[in-house]
Amino acid sequence: MADLRVVVVGAGPAGIRAAQTFVEAGLRPIVIDEGNASGGQIYRRQPAQFRRSYETLYGFEAKTAKAIHDTFDRLVGQVDYRPETLAWNIYDGAVHTMRDGVAHKIPFDALVLATGATDRLLPIKGWTLPGCYSMGAAQIALKAQACAIGRQVVFLGTGPLLYLVSYQYAKAGADVAAVLDTSALSGQIHALGLMTSRPGLLAKGLYYRAQLLARGVPVHNGVTPVEIEGTDQVEAVRFRTRSGAERRVACDAVGMGFHLRSETQLADLARCAFVFDEDLAQWRPETDSDGRASVKGIYLAGDGARVLGADAAEKSGRLAALAALQDLGLPVAVRRMDVLRREQQRMEQFRRGLARAFPWPAELARAVADDVLVCRCEAITAGELRSTATLKGAPELNRAKALSRVGMGRCQGRYCGSAAAEILADVRGERVEAVGRLRGQAPVKPLPLSAVRGAAS
Amino acid sequence: MPARFVRVAEQDRRPIEIEIDGVRHTALEGDTLLVAVLTHAERLRQSEFSDGSRAGFCLMGACQDCWMWTADGQRIRACTATVAPGMSVLTNPPSEDIWPISA
Ligand SMILES: Cc1cc2nc3c(=O)[nH]c(=O)nc-3n(C[C@H](O)[C@H](O)[C@H](O)COP(=O)(O)OP(=O)(O)OC[C@H]3O[C@@H](n4cnc5c(N)ncnc54)[C@H](O)[C@@H]3O)c2cc1C
Ligand code: FES
Repeated sequence: MADLRVVVVGAGPAGIRAAQTFVEAGLRPIVIDEGNASGGQIYRRQPAQFRRSYETLYGFEAKTAKAIHDTFDRLVGQVDYRPETLAWNIYDGAVHTMRDGVAHKIPFDALVLATGATDRLLPIKGWTLPGCYSMGAAQIALKAQACAIGRQVVFLGTGPLLYLVSYQYAKAGADVAAVLDTSALSGQIHALGLMTSRPGLLAKGLYYRAQLLARGVPVHNGVTPVEIEGTDQVEAVRFRTRSGAERRVACDAVGMGFHLRSETQLADLARCAFVFDEDLAQWRPETDSDGRASVKGIYLAGDGARVLGADAAEKSGRLAALAALQDLGLPVAVRRMDVLRREQQRMEQFRRGLARAFPWPAELARAVADDVLVCRCEAITAGELRSTATLKGAPELNRAKALSRVGMGRCQGRYCGSAAAEILADVRGERVEAVGRLRGQAPVKPLPLSAVRGAAS
Repeated sequence: MPARFVRVAEQDRRPIEIEIDGVRHTALEGDTLLVAVLTHAERLRQSEFSDGSRAGFCLMGACQDCWMWTADGQRIRACTATVAPGMSVLTNPPSEDIWPISA
C-alpha cells in the first residue's frame, strides 16, 4: 500500500483536506502548489516578516484559517510537499511539474485536482490602464502585502468578493470611492431564501454592505459600467445607475471582477469530459457526486471543480480523497462519505442562490464596443474578434482563437475567455454553450525562458 | 514619480536596497517585486503591443501582465517574486528577440 502514488495539485482548503485524508489512510501524498506557502486563495498566508493577527487578516474566517494552516503544518513529514512548483501538464498517467526550471514527471495512481479559481472578468473600456486590477488582486495586495492598490479605489463588478474586499479596504483605512454592483439588490435579497444551506455568506455580504454605507461609502446596485477613464492611468469610472443616469467617480484605482471562474486547464489536458453549467454560465469538468472525473484515477475538488467557496472546498477535498481511496481498494468509512455527499448536495441549492444573487452579466459582455480591448495580453479588440465570426465565419471559440489570437496570449484565455465566448455567441446568434469553450493548452502557464530554451534545444 | 500602491500597515520591516532600471530604491523585506516597484512608481512595464504601460492585473500569477527582466534577459513575474538584497530589474526586455515566445 505504501507504494501507491497519490498526488494532490493545490494546497488550498480543498487540497489540504484531501492530503490530510490520504495521510489518515496511511498514504504519503505528493502535494504540489505553485505558491510559496500553503493556504490557497482565501487562507493565503502573509510573508514571515509580517505580524498582523489572524483576526486582522481573515475576519470572520480567522478560526478556520488557523485550523487549515495548523492542519497542513502538522502534515509536514507525512506529505511530500512541493511548493513553488507548477503542474504544467498531465499526460501518460503522469503530472508534469516545473520548479526553478527543473522538470519532473510524477506518475500517479490517483490524482486530486484542487486548483481553485481566478477572477471572472469582462472587458470594460479602459480596463488595461495602470491602476485597474482584478478584485482578487486588490485583496491579495492588502492581505499578503499590506498595501492598497491606490489612494481612492472604486470596486466594480459583482459577486461576494465585491462587498468583502470593499469592506476589507475600508476597514484597513483605505478610501473606497464607490462600490458599483452590476447585480440588483432585490436579487440578493430574494436569493437569501435559496441560500439556506449557507445563509452566512449572503448575510455577511449584507453586513459588509451596511458597514460600507455606515462609513459613507456610496454603494450602487444594478449599474452599467461605461468606461474606466484615463489617458495613461486610471482617473475615474463612468457608469449608469439603475435608473439610467450617468455618473462619474474620480479615483486612481479600480478593483473589478464578476465572481470567479474555475481553473480547469489541467482537467482538460487530462482529457476529462466537461459539462456546461447553466446556473453559472460556464463550463466545468464533469464529476459524480464524490468528485470522480470522467477519466479513471482523476478527482476534482474545491473551486476548481465548481465555485462553491471555502467550506464546500474542504468537504469536497475530503470526499474526493475518500473516493480515490475507495477506488484504490482501501477501506473507507462509507458513512462518512454519505454525510459529506449529503452536505455537498445541499450546496446545489446554494449554488443556484449565488447565481441568482450575483448573475454573470452576459449582456454586458455581448455589448462590449468594437474598440475595447478584449485580450489584455496581445491588445486585440472586440471588433477584431467579431470580424472572425462575420468575415471569416469562425463557428466556435477555438477557431476564433486561431483566427484572432484572442485566448492565445500568455494568460491563456483566463481573463478574456468568458467574454470572448459571449461576443462570439452574440454575433452568431447562438447560446453561449453552442460556441464551445477554449481548450486548455500545455504549459498551463508560461514556463521560465531557460526551460523553454532547454525544451527547444 | 508618485507611487501607485499605498502601504497601510507592516511598515517596520527591514529595508532592502534594489535597483529598478539602474536607479536604487528601498524596498521592505517580504515585499513582492511588484509591490517594491509600485510603492515607488506608477507602472511596471510597457505592453509589448504598443498599447501603453501596465502595472500588473491579477497579483496571483495568472495574467502574466507583470513581467519584468534582469539585465541578462531572464524574465521575472513581479507579482510572485520576492525581493532580495541587490536585486536589479528592468521594465523593458534588454533585447528584442525575447518576445514573442510561445506560451
Ligand atoms: C484571489 C481570490 C481571493 C479569494 N478570497 C476569498 C475570500 O476572502 N473569502 C472567500 O470566502 N472566498 C474567497 N475566494 C474564493 C476562494 O477561491 C475559495 O473560497 C477557496 O479558496 C477555494 O479553495 P480551493 O482549495 O478550491 O482553491 P484555492 O484556495 O484557490 O487553492 C488552489 C491552489 O492550487 C494552486 N494551483 C492551481 N493551479 C496550479 C498548478 N497548475 N500547479 C500548481 N499549483 C496550482 C494554487 O496556487 C492555489 O494555492 C477567493 C478567490 C480568489 C481567486
Ligand atoms: S499580475 Fe498577473 S501574473 Fe503577475
